[in-house]
Amino acid sequence: MSLKRELESGAFVITAEICPPRGTDTSQFLEKARLLKGRIAAANVTDNQRAVMRLSSLACSKLLLDEGIEPVFQVTCRDRNRLALQSDIMGAWALGIKNILALTGDHVSAGDHCSAKAVFDLDSVQLVQLINTLNKGTNMNNAPLRGSTGFLIGAVVAPEADPWEPEEIKFEKKIAAGASFFQTQALFDMEGFKRFFEYAERFNVKVLGGLLLLKSAKMAHYLNEKVAGVTVPQALIDELEAAPDQLEKGIEIAGRQLKELKKFCHGAHIMAIGNEESVLRIIDK
Amino acid sequence: MIITKKKDINDIAASLEGKKTVYLLGCSSCAEQCATGGEKEVREMKGSLEERGFTVTGTACLPETCYRQYVLRQYRHCPETGSADAVLVLACGAGVSATAEAAGQTQPVLPALDSMFLATVERQGRFFEGCSLCSECVLASTGGICPHTECPKGLLNGPCGGVAHGLCEVDMEKECAWVRIYARLKAQGRLHLMKKIAPAKDHSSGTRPRKVLLRNPAGPVAIVGKG
Repeated sequence: MSLKRELESGAFVITAEICPPRGTDTSQFLEKARLLKGRIAAANVTDNQRAVMRLSSLACSKLLLDEGIEPVFQVTCRDRNRLALQSDIMGAWALGIKNILALTGDHVSAGDHCSAKAVFDLDSVQLVQLINTLNKGTNMNNAPLRGSTGFLIGAVVAPEADPWEPEEIKFEKKIAAGASFFQTQALFDMEGFKRFFEYAERFNVKVLGGLLLLKSAKMAHYLNEKVAGVTVPQALIDELEAAPDQLEKGIEIAGRQLKELKKFCHGAHIMAIGNEESVLRIIDK
Repeated sequence: MIITKKKDINDIAASLEGKKTVYLLGCSSCAEQCATGGEKEVREMKGSLEERGFTVTGTACLPETCYRQYVLRQYRHCPETGSADAVLVLACGAGVSATAEAAGQTQPVLPALDSMFLATVERQGRFFEGCSLCSECVLASTGGICPHTECPKGLLNGPCGGVAHGLCEVDMEKECAWVRIYARLKAQGRLHLMKKIAPAKDHSSGTRPRKVLLRNPAGPVAIVGKG
């Protein structure tokens, strides 16, 4: 079933993030993807995540499609101007990709090509708007297309943003621009997220709660120090530190959060960063 | 004000390789205030180059080195400028290019500084970038804080997901430009401006090189009373 129909069905929808390889050997990438086949509604293919160069998210989305796995093609604003964005996005549709996730993208200074030019010709709101325009059959300059796109448009929201109100304004702009589903930044404060979800429910959009697999206490510390917009609470770090097997504990925590989300949310988006085989264990917990 | 920083002296010496005599031109405007191209820095550069075996045939600090008329006057009134093997300019890139135009085709004109940005001066010696000279000012709807310039991603519709405790993901010592814009618009009772979707920027007016011609070039002198 397509992600769109899954979301419309009212069932709890699980998607998972999958990261393309650095290089052209896709065997491991596909191996991990095959593990997830049939167990998740869609696989999100990251676009040079954290500004680190990888195989293209468009090519990897197409490879997933060929395997019978529903892809979500992630597109950031960092690497392409409006010409390249439009042609790649239409290209994805022509190849059979039906879901797209529009993001701003990390700055190049966070990645492995710090001397690159950061493009950001559009921002994420304008990118959502652009995809919506292509869906309606014209390009950004209102010129008609010979064949439009019909994407399910997703965007990102950070319910734990501090301060919240500027993020709230941007969230509502993304909805106005045409986003119909949202993936959240990694969640750790479930009570806070419940409040966000109650607010978000007044809009006609689906929300997938972001679950990030904590592989170790060290990773949690790293996230708190280095990764913007993510804060792991001390209680979870203590829990990880006390565990004999920290990865096992991380899977347990994510499984617990997933159960919690199932009680009220539309779905979950699992980010296991390089540890995609753990996704099944989180789902099975 | 245009902010400049000094190039590495070894790189400057390398760019002068094969030249024996050098004339130094400083700038008493921006570069003097940046402590990169005033009288003092020109004097220091003279010493550094002489230590490395170059002959400095003369020095001058022009009121504004980016102003071609000042540079032309310098070349006219001080023949050592034009007769040196090379001219080293301690000014911004506009100063170097104005000098290179005045020098003509044969004399190399070289930069001693790297040009950085157009600054807002907090006070003497504290310079911050507040404007990118983009040709399409949006400050009316952003509380006087430029998102093109102060947001490293130049976002126009609010903060990215990288903002943490109000700080920027690119420079964790700096407050997010959009958090500042939000706070200011809110204080002014103008938050509705942020709620409107800002369209994609029109970059066409910023196509380089840009020019402004307030005056037409002088035409032939009209002869009064004829015809």
